[in-house]
Amino acid sequence: MATAVTEPPQAAKAPKASGRRTGAAPRRLPYLLIAPAALLMLGFIAYPVLSVFSYSLQHYNPTKPWRNGFAGFDNFTRIFTDDPQFWGTLTFSLKWVAVEVTLQLLFGLALALIVNQTFVGRALGRALVFSPWAVSGVLTSAIWVLLYNSQTGITRYLADLGVGEYGTSWLSDTATVFPAVVVADLWRGVPFFAILILADLQSVPKDLYEAAEVDGAGRLRQFLHITLPHLKDAIILSTLLRAVWEFNNVDLLYTLTGGGPAGETTTLPLYIANTSVDAHNFGYASALTTVAFVILLFCSMVYLRLSKFGGESK
Amino acid sequence: MVQDTRTPAGPAGPPPAADAPPPGRPARPVRGRRRRAWDEVPRRQIYLPLGVYLVFTLVPFYWILLFALRPAGSTSLVPWPMTTAHFEKVWTERAFATFFQNSLLIGLATLVTTTVVALAGGYALARFDFRIKKGFMLALLCSQFVPGALLLVPLFQIFAELRMINSLGSVIIAETVFQLPLSMILISGFIRNVPYSLEEAAWVDGCSRFAAFRIVVLPLLRPGLVAVGSFAFVHSWNHFLFALMFLSSQEKQTIPVGLNTLMGADSVDLGALAAGGVIAALPVVIVFAFIQKWLVTGFSAGAVKG
Repeated sequence: MATAVTEPPQAAKAPKASGRRTGAAPRRLPYLLIAPAALLMLGFIAYPVLSVFSYSLQHYNPTKPWRNGFAGFDNFTRIFTDDPQFWGTLTFSLKWVAVEVTLQLLFGLALALIVNQTFVGRALGRALVFSPWAVSGVLTSAIWVLLYNSQTGITRYLADLGVGEYGTSWLSDTATVFPAVVVADLWRGVPFFAILILADLQSVPKDLYEAAEVDGAGRLRQFLHITLPHLKDAIILSTLLRAVWEFNNVDLLYTLTGGGPAGETTTLPLYIANTSVDAHNFGYASALTTVAFVILLFCSMVYLRLSKFGGESK
Repeated sequence: MVQDTRTPAGPAGPPPAADAPPPGRPARPVRGRRRRAWDEVPRRQIYLPLGVYLVFTLVPFYWILLFALRPAGSTSLVPWPMTTAHFEKVWTERAFATFFQNSLLIGLATLVTTTVVALAGGYALARFDFRIKKGFMLALLCSQFVPGALLLVPLFQIFAELRMINSLGSVIIAETVFQLPLSMILISGFIRNVPYSLEEAAWVDGCSRFAAFRIVVLPLLRPGLVAVGSFAFVHSWNHFLFALMFLSSQEKQTIPVGLNTLMGADSVDLGALAAGGVIAALPVVIVFAFIQKWLVTGFSAGAVKG
């Protein structure tokens, strides 16, 4: 809509403005174009973020209004000195992200390299292998709840084959719950990496390989010296995005284990959600959120710096 | 791109053909053979790992179909005799018919708003230099670090203030906002891939900027837009936190929330859960089947490096 309003002036100017993107371009148009997006993001991301920061300095609990009020840094001191759950959930979050992202990257890379080859049935193979990407969150949980069910799940049929015993549930045993949720999340996470990496693989110039072959480089060397360097930026970016998403992701663990058994699979965001929604302790939850946000931002910056994202390769 | 190597010989036609064999023809087999050598990974190195991975991918899908189609209490690994009882139950008794409608409405609305807003913003980012551009790009990137789940409380208060609690509009707005940054980055990448000179040529022919965009750029953008739009649809279809928090009455709820309740208190009814899961999967699987061949090309259009 906004474009229609400003249309006539540029239309008149356009033929004269042979220099591209110069001052001849209408001044207000770009601002009008980003305005809807900018306003939405200001109102529904920036403003909520700021209010979370301000809540973090308050005792804010709608069920205990007499305790509301300015708290200073009380919430933060409590987090770092008097909250074993914070450290527990943070450690689990980091372990969760590290394991998930590493495995997803390795499997995703392997999968992308495989489906990048030409072979009979490739299109169908790709479609099938990538399909869990479309399915996420609660649906993934629903599927794996059925698969892990103690009575009729996969363990029952394994027991029939003489592996394990009847009535075991991998989700309620502290020894098996972590691998069980990791596998469930891999199921939908690997296709994500594979799709991104495959997209980038297709842009590697073929003649590089031909040249390498003439020079007698084997497939492993071609992979190490052509493919991998070419994929670097895509890998860095997708790893970062995935790490952040895995850290923040609440859907899967919330519905699959609810953070249990015995808090064994509670990530920091899950702990925050429980603190704010179930315990109604908004002030404290906001302080936890602030800390989580700072940790995330810090790690992302360090990661981008260390990996020299977009550095010499661009 | 690959064909470029042949073009110099092609149009020139007769003159170069004078020396040695015809230009186009012999180049091909040689090229083919060489490519083959690189491509010739032993078949079992492809089919074996792919097969193993396919099993891992498909067993869960099969499992949910199995539970949805076989009668309650059956332990058979083949859904035979088949029953539609579970589907009838969730569709009517568990109000999945309503959930389905709501989810569809939210998904389509999110698709449209995200695409339109991101298209406008993406065009600005791709084609103009303006003062706040760098800051805006940085904000887009940073917004990816902000977890939607952690902003639930202030978002709830905003929607309460706007009197939008328990209206689908709140979820549509929230989904759109969290879908926007990535969509805009992707779309601006796609637009950058369309040569600017094409647009300029259209201006010279008397088109307005808007008309030039519509006639020249938009058709070339179609695969990218399909990818971005379906991302928005699939995400809002699957996402459940916003619906769970902002929609209080049952007749406004969405499919993921319905699934979650099936998993909760009375998780005994595995057949219903499976049938609900199949209903939840259907639209996204259809969307996916439709877009998957564009997905990869869409991304490779420089989007990842955007």
